[in-house]
Amino acid sequence: MTTPEMTIGDTNMALKGQMDGLFLKKRLFNFGLPALVLLYLTYVFFAFDVPGLWAKASMDNARTLVSDIYSYKTHVTRDNRSGDVSVAIEGERKGEYPAGEGPAWVEFGETTVVDLEDGYEVRFGPETVEFDIPGYGLIRATPDRRKGIQAELPSEVVPDWINVSKNRMAVKTPNGRLTVTRNRAEVFRYFTGWELFFFTLDSPYYGQGPAELLSRAIAGESGAIWQDFWTNKMWRHQDVAWAIGETLLMAFLGTFGAAMIALPLAFLGTRNFMPIRLIRMVTRRFFDFVRGVDSLIWTVVLARAFGPGPLTGALAILITDTGTFGKIFSEALENVDGKQIEGVASTGAKPIQRYRFGVIPQITPVLLSQVLYFLESNTRSATIIGAITGGGIGLLLTQAIITQKDWEEVSYYIVLIILMVMFMDWFSGWLRKRLIQGDGDGH
Amino acid sequence: MADLSAAPSSVEDIRTAYTEHTQRKRLYGGIMLVLFVALMVAGFRTADDRNAGSFADGVHRIFDYPGEVLSEAAEKAVQLPGHLVHFYPALIETINIAGAATLIGAIFGTLLSLLATRGMAPWPALIPVFRRIQDLFRAIPEIVIALVLIFLLGGGPVPAMIAIAIHTAGALGKLFSEVNENASLKPVEGLNSTGAAWAQRMWLGVIPQVGPNYVSYALLRFEINIRASAILGFVGAGGIGYELKNSMSWGQGRYDEAAAIFILLFGTIVVVDQISGLLRDRLTHGAKL
Repeated sequence: MTTPEMTIGDTNMALKGQMDGLFLKKRLFNFGLPALVLLYLTYVFFAFDVPGLWAKASMDNARTLVSDIYSYKTHVTRDNRSGDVSVAIEGERKGEYPAGEGPAWVEFGETTVVDLEDGYEVRFGPETVEFDIPGYGLIRATPDRRKGIQAELPSEVVPDWINVSKNRMAVKTPNGRLTVTRNRAEVFRYFTGWELFFFTLDSPYYGQGPAELLSRAIAGESGAIWQDFWTNKMWRHQDVAWAIGETLLMAFLGTFGAAMIALPLAFLGTRNFMPIRLIRMVTRRFFDFVRGVDSLIWTVVLARAFGPGPLTGALAILITDTGTFGKIFSEALENVDGKQIEGVASTGAKPIQRYRFGVIPQITPVLLSQVLYFLESNTRSATIIGAITGGGIGLLLTQAIITQKDWEEVSYYIVLIILMVMFMDWFSGWLRKRLIQGDGDGH
Repeated sequence: MADLSAAPSSVEDIRTAYTEHTQRKRLYGGIMLVLFVALMVAGFRTADDRNAGSFADGVHRIFDYPGEVLSEAAEKAVQLPGHLVHFYPALIETINIAGAATLIGAIFGTLLSLLATRGMAPWPALIPVFRRIQDLFRAIPEIVIALVLIFLLGGGPVPAMIAIAIHTAGALGKLFSEVNENASLKPVEGLNSTGAAWAQRMWLGVIPQVGPNYVSYALLRFEINIRASAILGFVGAGGIGYELKNSMSWGQGRYDEAAAIFILLFGTIVVVDQISGLLRDRLTHGAKL
């Protein structure tokens, strides 16, 4: 009588042991996995020298970047040799006011007076530059070709927002900046906004409000207004529109071109349509190869043959995605239901008709949804490839970043890129819904 | 009697209606096809016009560059193993960028997805906000953030890692949200009745259900991120892409180095794709023992 109880006791013990083991395993897994992730991230933290990075990070750059995004500066420059004063937005030739003209806060004359508001005022005299700073006093600087800059400050101790040396004096105030060198004196005044976004200074429509523009447009000047906006030299709306068009074109040509090439090839890589093992293997390895070479290498190789431009980018996307689509399509084709093909064959359909009516309708939804999904992701790839091969909005973006000062343009391009990708995301989703539903009830 | 006359009268009528329907469908299909072909042709010609070199001129030169690289590499085949060893650390850096970015992106993507799923979100009113954040993160190409961060932080792997992680968080956030929608909320309710906090409910009630799918998506993302990290290296973010750019700008005479980098990159992508494909297969279809 004792044996059955013993076995029950044994099985209970065994069960308990098993459960304990399972719990231990789960517990280990639950703590072990996060610990492993943490360990890896710690390793990367030091491998990438993140602590050293903060020392290297440039706070000055960050400040320029952020302030440049929402503001612009107007330069008022005096050439110390000729005494000429010129005013230019962002100091660029494209944003220069005609000689002797400027905004209302610059008063030209024997002594040019630059009003920086709140009592701050810079005067370019015939010899001496004066800067009135409320609460501090009057700074005088006389640039001389031989002796350098002779600065007179109201206090003995030089505050840290003033920097004086023999060759250069720089004064930073919240209302504006002044730099004086031997050759020139320059005032920077900061304003919020993106100046000249619609019209440059040489356009007659500069500085006009929307109401006035509208009334002029109705009076028959709409063509000229559009022309001035479209050919704006500062913001280059025409070039930007073309660049976005190029990027979308790369994505479109690449994606659909790849789909068109991959579809027939995909048949060669499937078990049910291609009985010859060798051809199947070769096709599959071909897909793996073009996919594995990756768009970066394809871009590099193709840029050598075709030079920079949208065609190179489109072909790079096309070749890489031929491999990806080939793989996806082959898998879809292997899962095709054979009964439908048999049914079509039983009506006496020829092979081509069998594919057209037995296979294509089955795989169209899968194919279309994949292709449209790739259209969206390729818009992003086309931006990146454009930055490498030199085409589209990616090129404009890298060019603007390289200048390291046109951050308002950089942020403008970034906003446009994000809107473009979001639009393509929405568009491909909308198209997918339409086409696949439309196919569902018809066939 | 009215309902009888309303019924389809004869086979003939049905046949004409059907034929008409098919013909209209075919017409629409035909128009779509013509439109599509026209778009493709026009698009190709525009791209061809705006390109530095035309397709016709360049098409026979496609294999010139790979040919030069390969022939030079073949000449200096003895040095190839040396180059492979030399560039190996750069490859590791590229893989680490992708790995760390995938992990960080997956962690933030998980958070975003939990915050954006009905029934799991701690602040249901903010679900649309977190959805939009996902969309925004997903829409930013990595290169945009990478280039800006390179300006701020200097070149190196960290800008690339952050850039890829942000995009990954958005992309995985969306996929994870879809997985979450299919998870049962009963464990969460059960845990809630025991007084578990939100983090405990998610970690013990949701994550075990969705874990395999999460890992599967994250692996797929890792494959994509390896490619992205190589590309970002090319614009100055370190790793194998940076080395590739350097060896390419040296031009002829250093093609053997370029070839070594090509081999490393190609090999890595293929190997990672294969391993991750196998793992994903096991995760979604169960282990085949």
